[in-house]
Amino acid sequence: MLTATSTGQLERVYGLMAEFDDPDVLLIAARSAHAAGYRNMDAYSPMPIEGLAEAIGFRRTLVERLVLVAGILGGTGGFMLCWWMSVIAYPHIVAGRPLNSWPAYVPITFESMVLVACLTAVIGMLALNGMPQPYHPVFNVKEFERASRDRFFLCIESTDPKFSLDRTREFLESLGAMEVVKVEP
Amino acid sequence: MTPEDRDATSTATIDPGPDKVIGPGHDYGTVSDKIGGVVYRPLLKTPPQLFIGFGIAFLLVNLLMVAVSWLFIRGVGVWGIVIPVAWGFAIVNFVWWIGIGHAGTLISAILLLLKQDWRTSINRFSEAMTLFAVACAGMFPILHLGRPWLAYWLLPYPNTMWLWPQPRSPLIWDVFAVSTYATVSFIFWFTGLIPDFATMRDKRPATLPGKIFGMLAMGWRGSARHWARYQKAYLLLAGLSTPLVVSVHSVVSFDFAVAILPGWHTTIFPPYFVAGAIYSGFAMVLTLAIPVRRWYHLEDLITMRHIECMAKVMLGTGLIVAYGYAMEAFMAWYSGDQYERYAFFNRTMPQQGTYWWTYWLLILCNILIPQLLWWRRVRLHAWSVFAVSLVVNVGMWLERFVIVVTSLTRDFVPSSWGMYYPTVWDWSTFAGTIGVFLALMFLFIRGIPAISIFEMREVLHDEKHSGDPSHAHGD
Repeated sequence: MLTATSTGQLERVYGLMAEFDDPDVLLIAARSAHAAGYRNMDAYSPMPIEGLAEAIGFRRTLVERLVLVAGILGGTGGFMLCWWMSVIAYPHIVAGRPLNSWPAYVPITFESMVLVACLTAVIGMLALNGMPQPYHPVFNVKEFERASRDRFFLCIESTDPKFSLDRTREFLESLGAMEVVKVEP
Repeated sequence: MTPEDRDATSTATIDPGPDKVIGPGHDYGTVSDKIGGVVYRPLLKTPPQLFIGFGIAFLLVNLLMVAVSWLFIRGVGVWGIVIPVAWGFAIVNFVWWIGIGHAGTLISAILLLLKQDWRTSINRFSEAMTLFAVACAGMFPILHLGRPWLAYWLLPYPNTMWLWPQPRSPLIWDVFAVSTYATVSFIFWFTGLIPDFATMRDKRPATLPGKIFGMLAMGWRGSARHWARYQKAYLLLAGLSTPLVVSVHSVVSFDFAVAILPGWHTTIFPPYFVAGAIYSGFAMVLTLAIPVRRWYHLEDLITMRHIECMAKVMLGTGLIVAYGYAMEAFMAWYSGDQYERYAFFNRTMPQQGTYWWTYWLLILCNILIPQLLWWRRVRLHAWSVFAVSLVVNVGMWLERFVIVVTSLTRDFVPSSWGMYYPTVWDWSTFAGTIGVFLALMFLFIRGIPAISIFEMREVLHDEKHSGDPSHAHGD
């Protein structure tokens, strides 16, 4: 989005990105940024860091709800498939047992439940994360290639109401960042 | 470390012994370099053992092609199967392979839930092993069908014949269990790889491999929101895979236990099959991991602690299997059923024209020799653990042979007894799938990070927080 620079010109930036070399410093920085009122931001790290998502104000992953619904649907579907095949579609008496001999359907019900729930966990996670995503502005930052190696980043986005190129830069530098760079959109 | 020399790590390869899961001197960057460097090594700098191993495996793959072509031309009669032994090597090998596959999910899922730190550097490797073992396993029932090109009839789908599979049969449970297991193992493995694909992409973004890794990483950027959803999904996958892994081999055991054949019709089968599966799976992980860590000098990432822990799991599950054998013998006697008693007698008593010696060989391989692992000195010697793991692999194959073939040769009526002799095509198909398995493993080790990089960083992070000064990171 368009942001005013210190000289008064309008410029397109995605946000400002601060680089850290320690996960604990990033965690403190993220908490401070949230406390300072910033909301549109994201933290980037080469491994999951406990408490980081909460620090930037992210709480609901939604994945577990999707998986619960999918598991119930998958299990029901598996059972209904067995029931329909042996009672409606192809009734076949085996050793005098009732057509709806439900204990025999348990393995297929269970496997269908697991299959649908697992596929939903992964596809749901990818979809909520917006992946696959071929382009993202953060990759314009040269140093960002170390975000998958040994560096930790905090990016405050220009869509944040409190965002200002100069004041946000000062704020990020005060958090102990090694470097603060502008992210091209 | 500068970006230019990222594939050369400055860290010496030191096995930290049985107490640590990672060697000294590693930081977030060096683990990435060490594991990623294996993949980005120039082709000609691949360890020669890998070339030789792949060459042998590829020859066996070709043998499989010949064996399967001949089978397709002539039918299942090229195998040694006869009536009464209609389930010969095909089912023995199917159960053996699917059992081997179980260690991968066990290490990835159950040990994740139990928070075992030593799972981390072997989980990726054993997940890949699971995937390839299940692929080998899946071939056998299909080849055994007689008309393998009609294998899709096993699936429930609307067809003009208006025929449907029988959901009250364990064989259809097997179709669902094995196909679910294969799918879930694949997505579990692939999900674990996404952040590492991103690491590989960022190492060499401009090269062709870098671009391929980039596509596989799907734009992963390590966002905290993404990690939160990722970890939730991964934990749920682990939670769902844990009962799945138990169910799969239970269902495989139902193929036998639901039948009324003496020697098959026992309630001990599901737990005893699951324990046996984990036993053989851990044996196969050790068989593969011990040479690979030597060839690629990964002793600081796959340490003696990993090997010792796996040896202990092998010893423990081996004892459960021993209990299973003892219960089979006890129930044969205690049931008072003359057919059950005879099935056990037929397995164990030396007599002309039976397979009694396979039973005692299996006791030697699965129960007696693995007891060496009680000694810490044996567990801490990588090559003696390797030797035991090979013996267990053989023993678990013999176990399936005893269950499948010996039980079928002599059932209720002596007039329907008959012997089974495997042909050269039985052996070729079996050897061929070993080739497929090893060839895929060698390609995997060469082409994809064989150790989870981001989880190794987590191990380092945790070690730092637990206050171990020798692992404080720095760049």
